[in-house]
Amino acid sequence: MKGETVFDYAPAPENPDIARVKQHYQPFIDGEFTDGGGEPLKTLNPATGEVLAEVSTVSSSDVDNAVSAAREAFERVWSPMPGTERAKYVFRLARLIQERARELAVLESLDNGKPIKESRDTDIPTAAAHFFYHAGWADKLGYAGLGRDPKPLGVAGQVIPWNFPLLMLAWKIAPALATGNTVVLKPAETTPLTALVFAEICQQAELPPGVVNIVPGGGDVGQTLVSHPGVDKVAFTGSTEVGKQIQRQLAGSRTRLTLELGGKAANIVFDDAAIDQAIEGIVNGIFFNQGHVCCAGSRLLVQESVVDEVLTNLRARVETLRIGDPLDKNTDIGAINSAEQLAKIRELVASGEGEGASRWTSPCPVPERGFFFAPTVFSDVESSMRIAREEIFGPVLSVQTFRTLDEAVTMANTTPYGLSAGVWTEKGSRILWLTSRLRAGVVWANTFNRFDPAAPFGGYKESGFGREGGRSGLAAYLQGDDDD
Amino acid sequence: MTERVGVAKTYKLYIGGKFPRSESGRSCPVTSHDGAFLANAAQASRKDLRDAVVAARGAFGGWSGATAYNRGQVLYRVAEVMEGRRQQFVAEVRDAEGLAVDSAESVVDTAIDRWVWYAGWTDKLAAVLGATNPVAGPYFSFTVPEPTGVVGVLAPQRSSLLGLVSVLAPVLATGCTAVVVSSAARPLPAITLAEVLATSDVPGGVVNVLTGQAAELGPWLASHADVNALDLTGADAEQRVELARAAAETVTRVLRLPEREPDWTTPPGIARLRAYLEDKTVWHPMGV
Repeated sequence: MKGETVFDYAPAPENPDIARVKQHYQPFIDGEFTDGGGEPLKTLNPATGEVLAEVSTVSSSDVDNAVSAAREAFERVWSPMPGTERAKYVFRLARLIQERARELAVLESLDNGKPIKESRDTDIPTAAAHFFYHAGWADKLGYAGLGRDPKPLGVAGQVIPWNFPLLMLAWKIAPALATGNTVVLKPAETTPLTALVFAEICQQAELPPGVVNIVPGGGDVGQTLVSHPGVDKVAFTGSTEVGKQIQRQLAGSRTRLTLELGGKAANIVFDDAAIDQAIEGIVNGIFFNQGHVCCAGSRLLVQESVVDEVLTNLRARVETLRIGDPLDKNTDIGAINSAEQLAKIRELVASGEGEGASRWTSPCPVPERGFFFAPTVFSDVESSMRIAREEIFGPVLSVQTFRTLDEAVTMANTTPYGLSAGVWTEKGSRILWLTSRLRAGVVWANTFNRFDPAAPFGGYKESGFGREGGRSGLAAYLQGDDDD
Repeated sequence: MTERVGVAKTYKLYIGGKFPRSESGRSCPVTSHDGAFLANAAQASRKDLRDAVVAARGAFGGWSGATAYNRGQVLYRVAEVMEGRRQQFVAEVRDAEGLAVDSAESVVDTAIDRWVWYAGWTDKLAAVLGATNPVAGPYFSFTVPEPTGVVGVLAPQRSSLLGLVSVLAPVLATGCTAVVVSSAARPLPAITLAEVLATSDVPGGVVNVLTGQAAELGPWLASHADVNALDLTGADAEQRVELARAAAETVTRVLRLPEREPDWTTPPGIARLRAYLEDKTVWHPMGV
């Protein structure tokens, strides 16, 4: 029934007023909202290209103040507080996020461009779950296998990306607070709004001032924060390039570091896989969140004997994806977060065509305004091509083929990255054999892009070090009995 | 002005999410620590107990099958709803145990916080107690803790609320369901707690509360073939041996207990969680 529309979807837009967007947002330092000394930034709605709000940013002296406030709160209130009491504050944060979920979801979609169905069903509920899960750890740290009485590190300086703004905040702040650390967090320049609503939530939870500080700004603010002498622990999620800079900068210092960086995940489909199920997983793996996912399944490795079937079915499925208004509940693919990112995607796609790969792009209608890129699949891709090696961070899939298992493993591991991988086969023993050979921090079998606070997430090799979630995630914010 | 006449509450049993009287029609007068009449509590019979076990078994599939995250939120909800009834619990604990206001408040606060402690355990037990097993062969082997089933609890006789919460919450945190026989002389906080459970998203049948005599109901509970584990805290020392022996007929697990009712204000460890878990080991071949 290719090309034949059975029925049309009527527009089902979410009301933007639910987001309660303010004209002006302020940094949150020591429990107060105050304008910072930095140049104000304008955050755009990427679906229209129009200004959504103005955000006051911080100067380096504001960062000093935030770090001092966090230090004060750490020493006086937060780290001496019994875990049972700290837990209840973190549970409050979880509940308040749940209560304001719809507002946060609409705001996230406006500021980031992601489809409302994703912000509503994934980002916000998973963020709340992270706080809920970690709240429970606050008074049980002695059971985490990190020593009898593990201690917090102090002030955590945290820098997060724009692809999952509130969720990445939750991944950073929830474990830090549960373990007794205080936080100075810099949200991404293009998506600062939900972090500042979270600051309001901290006030509603009556969190002691200084325990959480939010300092909006650009890369310079991030730089100031991660190199600040008052910071005991740096946690960064973002590009491998910036991650390397931070690691270099902190080399030789006592500051602890965890990095969650880029990826170029292999999604491996064997000839015995349930192909329809695999197609859904491939689509989810690369087109979820416009492909703005560090663990996206951006390299599809298909066993040669089924490549035609997979490509035919994949294209037919991708054609049905609707691209457009992020606030429409029927939208599958929203807006690319920024003009800069769109330019990067276009440049890499052009390189793929230039290097001889075969491009197929969904013929779906694309909005004229705003930043959009139609889902694209490259076949005839060689391992040497840039589209097979570099992180595109967009809705672009590169398809390669393999014949043997060993070849699949070699191709999957031939990348400096090692964040995630996918395996599609009906044979359990093969899945387990493969998982032991894939050099990646997360392996999904017959599914993709699953996230849960109870399951550690993080990378091998140049995808970073340290884990978020589970017991391993706590280790990033604690010193055990035998640590120096 | 005439003074308003208060509306006195009938304290009933809690079975399968409902509040029935005892099928036996029996009740027992409950007095405060200083002898004042408080209420007539239903006095559960053997049949009520058997109905409660049926309800607990019926609820086990749903409760144990719920995600750990979901169970954690439900237990946290119990704490939230209890907090709203804090004054009522303080009054009832004072009546039952004769405590001063500040001691009763402290007992109630600790009871609420205990739910929060156990709420946080639901999704951590498998990570703390489970394992992947490095077996010497091409197999992937892992061990997960699973709830044992229906747990029969003879609640503490002295500590009418904190003791009760301390023995009940770990049963629920593991994913087991419970049949609880409350303190014989101090049953009223247990029924008020049941009202909290009934309005806290805890599915009906997950907790069943019987007021009555542990000495009378204990033998039926201990010998019931559909009860998987027993907490005999509320039985007196002599009866415990007899009940443990009855439990052996169906290899029912019996929680190890201190000789005397412990100080419930002490923060708990995880012994009560472990007691209601079965380790399950799974093997799967690895290979091409």
